[in-house]
Amino acid sequence: MNSRTCLVLCAGSVLLGACGGDPDASQYGADPKLPDPQSQLLPTMMIAKPADWGERRPIVPKGFRITAIATDLAIPRQTLVLPNGDILIAEGRGGYAPKLTPKDVIAAHIKAKGSSPVKGGNRLTLVRDRDGDGAYEVRTAFAENLNAPYGLALVGNQLFVANQDALVRFDYQDGQLNASGAPVTVTGLPFAINHHWTKSLAASADGLFLYVGIGSNSNITERGMTAETDRAMVWQVDARTGAHKIFATGLRNPTALAMQPGTGRLWAVVNERDEIGPNLVPDYLTSVREGGFYGWPFSYWGKNVDVRVRPQDPERVATAIAPDYALGSHVAALGVAFSAPTMGAQFADGVFVGEHGSWNRGLPVGYKVVFVPFRDGRPAGEPIDFVTGFQAEGLTHGRPVGVTVDPRGALIVADDLSNTVWRVTPEDGE
Amino acid sequence: MQRPLHPLHAVFLAGTLTLFLGVLLADIAYFNTYEVQWKNFASWLLVGGLVLCGVAMLWALCRLIRVGWRMRSSAVYLLLLLAAWVLGFIDALVHASDAWATMPRGLVLSTIVTVLVVAATWLGMFDSRQVEAS
Repeated sequence: MNSRTCLVLCAGSVLLGACGGDPDASQYGADPKLPDPQSQLLPTMMIAKPADWGERRPIVPKGFRITAIATDLAIPRQTLVLPNGDILIAEGRGGYAPKLTPKDVIAAHIKAKGSSPVKGGNRLTLVRDRDGDGAYEVRTAFAENLNAPYGLALVGNQLFVANQDALVRFDYQDGQLNASGAPVTVTGLPFAINHHWTKSLAASADGLFLYVGIGSNSNITERGMTAETDRAMVWQVDARTGAHKIFATGLRNPTALAMQPGTGRLWAVVNERDEIGPNLVPDYLTSVREGGFYGWPFSYWGKNVDVRVRPQDPERVATAIAPDYALGSHVAALGVAFSAPTMGAQFADGVFVGEHGSWNRGLPVGYKVVFVPFRDGRPAGEPIDFVTGFQAEGLTHGRPVGVTVDPRGALIVADDLSNTVWRVTPEDGE
Repeated sequence: MQRPLHPLHAVFLAGTLTLFLGVLLADIAYFNTYEVQWKNFASWLLVGGLVLCGVAMLWALCRLIRVGWRMRSSAVYLLLLLAAWVLGFIDALVHASDAWATMPRGLVLSTIVTVLVVAATWLGMFDSRQVEAS
């Protein structure tokens, strides 16, 4: 159904590239089938063709309903549900990557067609449902003049915001509609170039540590190895002092982090590398082991060497950990959140994953929110579509980013194409 | 009647040679050092080479139309430029692959393109010299 939904730009998958076919997109679970890498003379590109929602709405499972609780935002990425039920929305667009090659100039122009033309808000918007009817009638700018804010975490009465260049902190009192002052910088974050600029954030259960996901500065080291210093890793930051240590490495673009309730285990969704075929490399969901090396750039999915990287490093490849759960190649997972029993029996145990959608693939994938069921604290079973309908009849109406579970029984989904925040609730929940 | 190469035609031809030679040297440097900046240089030099080569090619075509196919070396000159342009374009796509994915294909193509442009330049300049002499 998706084969005509996008502007086709796969002009020349000349050497070995399979244009349009892309069979077997289902690469789920712990042991995904990995085809041989393909060398494409022109990368296959199928860019979303944006369109307004009109009368359409995203599609949710039977027994659920979806409503837009905030529209006309300025590039909403991640959200945070505060203890009183208010929702904070981080809006922005980052990156300082200069166009170094003819390819950078051309690719930036093409990819921009698939995203919103709106300028990033660089702010936190707060919305409030005053009477509990599911309509968020209060809307304020909680904080402005931030630098591409993305990751959000609340620890006690401190609100942490991961800007593209620094982790900052606001004081927060229950019910507050506006920040009481300028934020305090907890620690600077690597921001040079910022090819993958999003800084994801999660707090440990005891609130002593913050975990910051820092993406790589390239697809696969095409900006040189020195640009990758302090990139493609997760930092553990002392919430009190701002001191940090490297927690895990080799995670190409850890776009969202979540702390597993009960276990204290850190989980991440990670976007993997492009331009070696429609079914390589699967984006993944994984628990993040302290000190673990997850392959990038030298290898993928454990010890599969990427020949595009020079010099190679066989010693590090030998230590590379295979991730826990493949979500499928090019789906562009940008959000992850652990569910709660209030989401209904079928969706009580597991994680929701927001998938922004592919570009490096003839047949689009992603463009939806899936639910990965868990058993005994581990992913178990195939992902279940939870919010779909972002693409229909050749047009793309929205692109999901961050997902957040409201413990009262709702999933909050940020959509950075239609600049909307969606709320999915069980129908008997209100 | 054949006239010598127009000075501008000669400039475009010589510039083509210079830029493609630059591509080859930058590719050799990248191949030996893994220093990716050399590849960035090569990528832009290739764009320049293709533009100049394209103009020289058009000029060669006009000249060929004027003198007709009797002048065999003029036809070979044009075909050499055409082959260099086509392979140079493929080389540009190969250079657009990320990091080492360009190698060794890019280096091989850059070598072939440089050889073709050297031959084309030789033939193009030689052609006009013969005309001048006669």
